[in-house]
Amino acid sequence: MTKVTMTVNGRAVSGEVEGRTLLSAFLREGLGLTGTHVGCDTSQCGACVVHVDGKAVKSCTVFASDVDGASVATIEGMANPDGTLGRVQQAFQDHHGLQCGFCTPGMVMSAAALLAENPKPSEADVRHYLEGNICRCTGYHNIVKAVLAASGQDVSGMAAE
Amino acid sequence: MYAFDFEKPKTVAEAAAALAREDAMPLGGGQTLIPSLKQHLAAPSALVSLTGIAEMRGVCTGDDGALCVGGATPHAAVAADAAGKYPALAALAGNIGDPAVRNRGTIGGSLANNDPAADYPAAVLGSGATIVTNNRAIAADDFFEGLFTTALEPGEIIVEVRFPVPERAAYAKFQQPASRFALTGVFVAKTADGVRVAVTGASEDGVFRWAEAEEALSENFSADAIAGLSVSAEGMVGDLHGTPAYRANLVKVMTQRAVRSA
Ligand SMILES: Cc1cc2nc3c(=O)[nH]c(=O)nc-3n(C[C@H](O)[C@H](O)[C@H](O)COP(=O)(O)OP(=O)(O)OC[C@H]3O[C@@H](n4cnc5c(N)ncnc54)[C@H](O)[C@@H]3O)c2cc1C
Ligand code: FES
Ligand code: FES
Repeated sequence: MTKVTMTVNGRAVSGEVEGRTLLSAFLREGLGLTGTHVGCDTSQCGACVVHVDGKAVKSCTVFASDVDGASVATIEGMANPDGTLGRVQQAFQDHHGLQCGFCTPGMVMSAAALLAENPKPSEADVRHYLEGNICRCTGYHNIVKAVLAASGQDVSGMAAE
Repeated sequence: MYAFDFEKPKTVAEAAAALAREDAMPLGGGQTLIPSLKQHLAAPSALVSLTGIAEMRGVCTGDDGALCVGGATPHAAVAADAAGKYPALAALAGNIGDPAVRNRGTIGGSLANNDPAADYPAAVLGSGATIVTNNRAIAADDFFEGLFTTALEPGEIIVEVRFPVPERAAYAKFQQPASRFALTGVFVAKTADGVRVAVTGASEDGVFRWAEAEEALSENFSADAIAGLSVSAEGMVGDLHGTPAYRANLVKVMTQRAVRSA
């Protein structure tokens, strides 16, 4: 076991991990941050996406030891300081961007990474960027709409399919 | 996953020393290796992460004008930082997998793995690039040895890849939409010495050069120049996504698309 230290959602944390401990396991089991979901555990679905030093990564496919010292952001860090939903989260609620909600943490983290890179994406940009996030409920249309709305663009003309 | 020791050296020399241990393996971005460790397809004694080695990360221009990409450079960094100097390579890197895969996966890991449907092998073979390891420099033509097999020795590290920048080049990928790997992808590069055409995703032996097309395109760099050629279906991959004949046809179609967009 070795000790890792990182900043998670602005808070300094540390814990003992094995070499094989995945970042997803460290977050969920080590820190109790179970908002990061593990869907496939095979790098395919994107439910486990978090930000490491500002970049979207699949936390089921990164070792905790490899991001020792990094700054990590998870879905728990997306709310506003007063506890209300953050901009992207609120847009998902407003536009029914979730059904069962299992994929939502990864969708929100990927969407936030996209908007940081590209503040006014087109619909095609959003669909391309979310290629690695799979929604088992297949609610893609409203997910895309929510991301566009979160970017401040008018989505009133988009059908609610 | 079986247990292993984890090491994260700061220099290539330290990494090479750590890899001298029996059954130690390099870890790039882990986008291929971690899923295979989960499936118990590998049981290393130690993983030596290369992501903390500053000299192996980033894109630069060599004295000879070649584009040098550090072996531990993630795909997203190549997509962003090679765009000015070698747009065809940057575009290829920017279309590997999805954003999260591109933020972790590295060029060295992709080449060492030599997946028969991976994108980078086409760029490396098509450009006639050189793979620089901690021991030697290997020409692309000598590097790829068939399915998941390369000229690398156990523990040898891809430190850098040097791409001579062609006059014109393009990569055309017919994507398998679920995996996002290439069902067939063709990289075409035109230099003063002639044209190189490298094909990934199609052959059972992995990436290969299409010699007939190279010859025809060296004479006349246009899609029409290869209109009369055909590729044999023998040795092509056949699976639920496409028959060998379908892939053989795709080789020509994608070569023509690459030439048109170069
Ligand atoms: C969902 C998904 C989609 C993908 N889509 C594509 C795609 O469209 N096209 C494509 O080409 N690839 C695709 N990939 C694969 C991806 O590009 C991987 O990142 C890449 O193949 C391996 O790189 P890595 O750095 O992650 O290597 P790792 O997984 O860390 O390592 C792979 C192998 O290379 C060895 N290795 C790693 N670095 C070095 C080095 N510098 N020197 C020597 N040996 C080394 C390791 O020991 C291991 O054997 C996809 C992967 C996923 C998970
Ligand atoms: S749980 Fe990580 S990609 Fe599916
Ligand atoms: S809302 Fe159910 S998986 Fe996406």
